[in-house]
Amino acid sequence: MSTEDTPKDYSESPINLEYFYTAGSATTRFLNQVKEGNIVGQGCPKCKAVYVPPRGSCPRCGVATDIEVPLTDKGCIESFTVVHIPIPGNPIVPPYVCAMIRLDGANISFLHLIQDVDIENIRIGMRIQAVWKPKEEWTHSLENIKWFAPIDEPDIDVATLRFQES
Amino acid sequence: MSDSKDLLRAPFELAYNYKRSNGPVMSKFFEALGEQKILGTKSSTGKVFSPAAEFDPDTHESLNDMVEVGPGGSVESFSWIEAPQNHHLIKEPFAFALIKLDGADSSMLHMITDCNEADLSIGTRVTAAWSETTTKRITDIKFFTLEK
Repeated sequence: MSTEDTPKDYSESPINLEYFYTAGSATTRFLNQVKEGNIVGQGCPKCKAVYVPPRGSCPRCGVATDIEVPLTDKGCIESFTVVHIPIPGNPIVPPYVCAMIRLDGANISFLHLIQDVDIENIRIGMRIQAVWKPKEEWTHSLENIKWFAPIDEPDIDVATLRFQES
Repeated sequence: MSDSKDLLRAPFELAYNYKRSNGPVMSKFFEALGEQKILGTKSSTGKVFSPAAEFDPDTHESLNDMVEVGPGGSVESFSWIEAPQNHHLIKEPFAFALIKLDGADSSMLHMITDCNEADLSIGTRVTAAWSETTTKRITDIKFFTLEK
């Protein structure tokens, strides 16, 4: 039986949702800096934790994070996963690596891609740095960073990443 | 604090396709739509479900006895859409309605158009209008119109 003769035993159900995202003041401040190629976290005035990307408040202390904290684009891999299954509509070809990135000086991590490395060599604590798109392509998005790539620095002991109350 | 007019705002679109396996009963229902026929499933108590149901909600039995219903039916309830929006399939004013097809004991959610709100009431007779192209989906019934 050729494919054409096989009765269709499934149906395509398109799902479509159009909406507006309003960034809010903390994310607006953050993304305006990202557009200029800067990563600026926000610090809690009470516990001194640094949040990137910032959400405008410290969940631990319940106060506004109104201190701007410029950060480097270097950090380490806090955790990662190797994606082997293609997601329809996603242009990235598997296998690829998604990682939680902990920037130096930050107390939380965010999700981004790891490239320019053999997948077998990726490990928790590995030192990495952002690989930026050309400046003329920068917008209000963390996609200005194409991915993070390993740098030649010794691994970090992830136990040191645990938050220390100051 | 920034003024709300300074806040970044951007349109987003979240869109993806589900491939939904129809299974043996619903496959027959959708295949028949491609031939401009509306099927239902009949239970041992004689009750007919259309759109086809795979199980009888009262007796819990599996259903696979297919019978043809419609294409006429009567309005069980309706909601008039005076100003359709982008995501609606019909751009003129229309009604979403529960339609009990002739020969069926359950009702089908579909659209009624080519009429005024005042033309519709519970019990109004309507009939299926078919799409020019068939995709073997529920939209093969383009909409329902008032029975002439």
